[in-house]
Amino acid sequence: MSASRLLPRLDPDNRFFWTSGADGVLRLLQCKDCATFVHPPRPVCPHCLSEAVAPWEVAGTAVVDSFTINRQKWHPEMEVPFVIARVAIDGAPGVILTTNIINCAPEAVEIGDKVQVIFERQDDVWLPLFQKVD
Amino acid sequence: MSGCRSSRKWIELALPDAFITGIGMSQIGVRLMRHPLLLTLDAIREALDDAGLTIADIDGISTYPGRAAMPPGFSPIGTDDLIDALRMQVRWYAGGFEVSSQLGAVVEAANAVRAGQARHVICFRTVYEAAAMARPQEFQQPKPGRVEGYPQWLMPFNAYSASNWVAQYAMRHVKLYGLKREQLAQIAITDRKHAMLNPRALVREALTLEQYLGARMISDPLCLYDCDRFTDASTVLIISAGDALGDVKCTPVRIAAASHASARYSWDQTEFMAAYPTGAALWKGTDYKPKDVDTAQLYDGFSFLTLTWLEGLGFCRVGEAGAFIEGGQRIALDGELPLNTFGGQIGAGRLHGFGFAHESVVQLRGQGGARQIPGDPRVAVAASGGGPLATALLLTRD
Repeated sequence: MSASRLLPRLDPDNRFFWTSGADGVLRLLQCKDCATFVHPPRPVCPHCLSEAVAPWEVAGTAVVDSFTINRQKWHPEMEVPFVIARVAIDGAPGVILTTNIINCAPEAVEIGDKVQVIFERQDDVWLPLFQKVD
Repeated sequence: MSGCRSSRKWIELALPDAFITGIGMSQIGVRLMRHPLLLTLDAIREALDDAGLTIADIDGISTYPGRAAMPPGFSPIGTDDLIDALRMQVRWYAGGFEVSSQLGAVVEAANAVRAGQARHVICFRTVYEAAAMARPQEFQQPKPGRVEGYPQWLMPFNAYSASNWVAQYAMRHVKLYGLKREQLAQIAITDRKHAMLNPRALVREALTLEQYLGARMISDPLCLYDCDRFTDASTVLIISAGDALGDVKCTPVRIAAASHASARYSWDQTEFMAAYPTGAALWKGTDYKPKDVDTAQLYDGFSFLTLTWLEGLGFCRVGEAGAFIEGGQRIALDGELPLNTFGGQIGAGRLHGFGFAHESVVQLRGQGGARQIPGDPRVAVAASGGGPLATALLLTRD
């Protein structure tokens, strides 16, 4: 499952996000004028149109908003089944990340589960994956 | 301000209507060895015959999404291919991904004829995905590089397929509203039932509830039968200006309203897909109401998308589509809302959006043969798209 993944092309907008896990901390872009979180990252706040946006540390905990157990091998090396989930990031209202829930049986995941970020490094990218917290 | 508002209303009243005046479709197949340009021409010939027009009468072309090599076979023919191959004399043409969804090409064409940019527009969608899968040497996938744009938020987590993205919306319906697999099954079962009455449909075999429940799961809660089937086919609609109806011989169907309201362009940041705001917006442009609709032709690239349209268009309340289709009687040919009467994409094949408008015209004209719905249908809704993509058309025979 942690075998080769398709990785994002890093650019000035997204580099902070995909490398944030280097020090184990999840960061999201936030507007410094009105505190709105901006995801996916873009150089302007969608709420107040301020251009004063900057990466901001968040706790790295989240709640499972939805999930699916993928059972289809979309390429020959893919190990199935595994969980794809969208998680709502604590402290960042409105921000959802699509991710994988790892380190548990796929059937153990439910909407509303509390999860914690765990980074998986591949090449120059730190992928924010999540695992359940008790 | 008030002067501004009244002059705007005058402009809307003065614009002529747009009509669908001809429909055509190629054979729907898997690994047809027919060139995709010729498949397109098959559909064009049928649509021209239907309308009583010739290629010389056509002065506009619209398509979705224009020529696109990826994914393989997704869209092998662009407007330029047609214009040059047939030496067409057009005044207006358009094709692109960045419209509301597949049927956005029909909205563009309708806008063009209403604005006087063209009188008769060929609007087409040609797919060649089954051929591409069968001939991987010819239709090679490039070695995947790094991903950018919206897919970067999905692909790195092995959310490769739209089935994964749709499944997560469907899972919320399962967990929050109690959607059951037995209910969702009715889309595929009904599609197959209707496809058996459509001589052109790709899959003309009944599907039982037992087969559905025993099917291989793709991405929970979606199983194999919740997914449409790749085909090779072309579908054509001729869109004509209201003041050009004297040229055609068929029964015209009016595009009474169209909507393509936006949600966020995202497959994961929204609680509801764009079908909800788009469905609601359709009724703002017309005096018709959901209860007036005689048949609904709603996108089923994945079965769950049809449920989002049923709810978004207001045929039932949010979260209640599962109960609405339970048992299948309500959406049968003789039910209160006959649904996807040509078999949808799950039964007829993945025509990619255009089949829903084509079938609306067939039914409103009473040309459905064995699958014709009873009564005197005058109002149909056709809708395409899933996730952030959504277009709805209200089609009427006045």
